[in-house]
Amino acid sequence: MAERAGGEALRVEHVAKHFGGVTALRDVNLRLAKGEVLGLIGDNGAGKSTLIKIICGFHQPDAGQIFVGGEEVVIKSVDHARSLGIDTVYQDLALVNELSVYHNMFLNRELVRWPLLSNRRMRALARHHLEDMGVHIPSVDDEVAKLSGGQRQAIAVARSVYTDARILLLDEPLAAMGAKEGALILDLVRDLKARGDVSIIIIAHNFGQILDVCDRVNLLQLGAITYDKPTTGTSVQELTDLVVAEYRAARTQRAGQAPGKPAPRARPRRR
Amino acid sequence: MGLYFVSARSVFLTEPNLVNISQATAPAAIIAAGMVLLLVSGEIDLSVGVVAALAPFNMHYLIDYYHVRALPAIALVLLISAGIGLVNGLITVVLKVPSFVTTLGTLYLVTGILLTTSHAYPAPIPEPAGGAIASWFGAADWAQLIWCLVIVVTLHIVLTRTRWGLHTIAVGGNLLGASEAGIKAGRIKIGNFMLVSTLGGLAGILEAFRIHTIDPNIGGGTTIMFTAVSAAVIGGTSLAGGSGTVLGAFLGALVLAELQNGMNLIGISANPYFLILGIAILVSMIANVYLSRLRRAGRA
Repeated sequence: MAERAGGEALRVEHVAKHFGGVTALRDVNLRLAKGEVLGLIGDNGAGKSTLIKIICGFHQPDAGQIFVGGEEVVIKSVDHARSLGIDTVYQDLALVNELSVYHNMFLNRELVRWPLLSNRRMRALARHHLEDMGVHIPSVDDEVAKLSGGQRQAIAVARSVYTDARILLLDEPLAAMGAKEGALILDLVRDLKARGDVSIIIIAHNFGQILDVCDRVNLLQLGAITYDKPTTGTSVQELTDLVVAEYRAARTQRAGQAPGKPAPRARPRRR
Repeated sequence: MGLYFVSARSVFLTEPNLVNISQATAPAAIIAAGMVLLLVSGEIDLSVGVVAALAPFNMHYLIDYYHVRALPAIALVLLISAGIGLVNGLITVVLKVPSFVTTLGTLYLVTGILLTTSHAYPAPIPEPAGGAIASWFGAADWAQLIWCLVIVVTLHIVLTRTRWGLHTIAVGGNLLGASEAGIKAGRIKIGNFMLVSTLGGLAGILEAFRIHTIDPNIGGGTTIMFTAVSAAVIGGTSLAGGSGTVLGAFLGALVLAELQNGMNLIGISANPYFLILGIAILVSMIANVYLSRLRRAGRA
């Protein structure tokens, strides 16, 4: 199906996933517009990583449908997802520390003049592409081990985009990152948004900075999306309250069952 | 160190002695070159030494009992060696047995095959494999060194300048990340197992021709395996995978051979050789760990 700009990049309908007797996802409905940045939040165990692993082809759903660019697809593997333009960038798993930046950029897609690697061409293209994306590093010849967490993340994102990813899943891109490092990634996401051809789902634990760059935010609770709003219509406080409310409900229940436990503290003050 | 031995004994730099050193270096360096790739990909092969010891016997069986002609027999022997590497690789990669254990098992298994089939008796070099073939495959003075240099240079290029080498580093450096990128990690590892085993077979054949006999106790066994691993480690290869250089391993093998040779020449017993070997390994490993920590600390 031909897609016009502003069309739909990804739609997930009624997706469920069980692991043995444990229900990880009950009934997930999610949509992502072309060029949109969606923040996916939720507490530990809410099913965020299961959902991401289904979208990127690592798990297959037990029920439900997935549409990419308006067409239904059954994603069979990570490679298959990648061929559909879906790529995941993990926090620190993607790069090989022992290799140079440009070798990492071209990992498994190396340019070769048989039997040797075309290092000069890869180096030039990597440098060009990183500059293009506004990723500044001292030198593409450096081993990745020498770079900071933010720079590594940026290179992983740049690599995905370079290899034609059109739907990017960023798994906790800001975890364990300082403010300056985080800003690097947020700027990169903003630049990608400006390009308009890449749609992004950011999985986040701490939503403060993330909300800056997201267009919309979804909250995943107990295996379903329970909240879906444009970021303009919400606040960090509201989201915090939503997540905390769930925790308090569970805790109150426990406290009710086992008297003598300390009563829940007062709710955080609203702005 | 070389200089010291030169000054101590003028014999050190004579041609016969240089031939000696080259012949002591070559078999270990040939195996070490392949071992570097295997170590860099994150695995180890303890069985390669007995694969080396078995190889000339296989040649002897094929030529004398099955009447295979000499060159095809040698090719077949290398193929069999590669097959042992394939088994090592499959057990390690598919059944997920740590390679240290896998190859410890095949080390004893192959030793058993070797001793049972040979009755632990040496055999002469088969008649059809004499003459020019023998010279090319190790009997001539510089034959081993030439094989060794060709292999070392080739594998150095393979490791540093080809996709295979890059993927070997990637698999050893970040197995999960490499697989994420779509690299077939198992294939890389199995390939490197086969490479080491094949080189082991070749080294065994070269040694048999050089000493002009096929002996289950000489020219192979655990000694050459440990020498090869030591050479790789002294040359800066990490046992944890991800980094190492073939040229370093060659220099490591050269240093070890020179050390033993020089100690013989100045007339001290070779027993302290192991003392020095042990210290050399410890010092180079500690330096290795320390240097890589410094390098990591230097990151922005």
